[in-house]
Amino acid sequence: MVAKSTGPSRSALRWLGVAAAPAALAFGFFWAGGWFSPNRVTQNRLMAELHDAGSYGHGFRRAHAKGVCVTGRFDASGAAASVSKAAIFREQSVPVVGRFALGAGQPYVADNPATVRSMALRFMPKDAPEWRAAMNDPPVLPLRDAQDVSDFFSSQRLDPATGKPDPARIRAFGATHPWLKAAAEKNAHRVVSSGFADDTYHSLDSFLLVAENGTKTAVRWAMVPMQPVAPADAATAGRDHLFQRLIADLHDHPLQWRMVLTVAGPHDAVNDPSQSWAQDDRTIEAGTLTLDTVESEDGGPCTGFTFDPLILPPGIIPSDDPILQLRSGAYMRSFALRSGEKRGPSAITPAMTQAPAAESEKKS
Amino acid sequence: MTPAPSFSPVARVLHWLMAVMILSMLFIGLFMASSVGPGYHRLVSLHRPLGIAILVLALLRLTYRLRHAPPPLPDDLPAVLKLAAKGSHILLYALMIALPLVGWGMLSAGGYPIPLWGNGVLLPPILPHNPAVWSWLRSAHTVLAFTLFGLVLVHIGAALFHGLIRRDAVLESMTHRKRSE
Repeated sequence: MVAKSTGPSRSALRWLGVAAAPAALAFGFFWAGGWFSPNRVTQNRLMAELHDAGSYGHGFRRAHAKGVCVTGRFDASGAAASVSKAAIFREQSVPVVGRFALGAGQPYVADNPATVRSMALRFMPKDAPEWRAAMNDPPVLPLRDAQDVSDFFSSQRLDPATGKPDPARIRAFGATHPWLKAAAEKNAHRVVSSGFADDTYHSLDSFLLVAENGTKTAVRWAMVPMQPVAPADAATAGRDHLFQRLIADLHDHPLQWRMVLTVAGPHDAVNDPSQSWAQDDRTIEAGTLTLDTVESEDGGPCTGFTFDPLILPPGIIPSDDPILQLRSGAYMRSFALRSGEKRGPSAITPAMTQAPAAESEKKS
Repeated sequence: MTPAPSFSPVARVLHWLMAVMILSMLFIGLFMASSVGPGYHRLVSLHRPLGIAILVLALLRLTYRLRHAPPPLPDDLPAVLKLAAKGSHILLYALMIALPLVGWGMLSAGGYPIPLWGNGVLLPPILPHNPAVWSWLRSAHTVLAFTLFGLVLVHIGAALFHGLIRRDAVLESMTHRKRSE
């Protein structure tokens, strides 16, 4: 047997031994949480940057805060069933709950056609896992990775003196991110449509479709309106005119979009949503989205959910586009924050989404 | 001197297997909860089945533990330390079972599909959809995870205290097989 040591140094060494393992683990744990890497882009950091950029919070989404709920269905054409085994690409009348929103973080912002518009959808086939998708109307996302997103949010920080972002910071962002210039210009020169109904919504990120035999196909997609497209008119009346037009349209007739998949060509960047794809890529008409009812977010079916683009059914998997993971993590954090807060009324109230009964009676 | 009996092989296998799983889980959880990529999705996809595996093993282990008494603590261990040992083990079992359930429950309340493997095998929700409950449980999941991590550190420190300072048979009862005569 080893003789029991009596010297104080041996004893101190033993105590050091007792403390060393837990201390090392604690160190590792805090490292994993980012305590020692202040430059790491974290979920909380993005939330703080959005807050500083004027995101309202108080129970509302940190971005795309002003919106309405819609419902309808998706009917597959069957054309995409050969590239993906997802139920959505072969079934008819798949129930859809969706949301139209303005991209800003302020739930009471005045409608402006120039603001990014979004369409978010939950496809809920009866016999298969659901699919959630969140799309924006600019054709590309002028952000390449988490660092770009964080830099961009920081550049939008409100100057306390003016209550607006500092133009110098915005210019500095452009100057220090030259790789995003082409995307920003493409978006700046896009045709801005008159409203939600005649807008085209893009997946922005790329996904991989998985066929029954395991073949993977990289795609982006867009929801292309079947309504005639009109350019936005300069004369815009009312704080909520874009939403009011959408509500009136939906009470008058269903709105439809064609879901067009674009298959990545050999030179298309699958892992970079800021890169446009080639114009001659193969496209697949996957089906038709029909939306026919509209409700306020107050009590509506789209409010208590997050449109995390990584909630995917079998047959669709994430590409290595880093923005997808960023969205998934940030949306989760935003959803957890807002769900724990007291929420005021939405700008688009239940009264506003009612059928205009009084008016139609007057007409008839 | 008669060597004190060790934990049974079943108890030791369960202990060390779960030690690795729980520590991995705590690191994965903390890392992914602060991360926005690039490993985020892969880690979240691993976190769910690993958590369910821990839940199943913890329930098995609790059943086993209730039927098989562990080796007794040394007689000369002060009563307050005996109490701390007993209390901390009850808390460890409670957290091993509660954390996966809170995770499962929070995703249920948040209206998330809960894929267990790939995106085809889903767990059923265990709570109705309720965003306020989701938010509350999401915070509770973090607090409980930090509590479990703290408790694991104390547990490791206490085991080393037995092994290096008191040099009694407690640490060895979980590390070595000893003949009980």
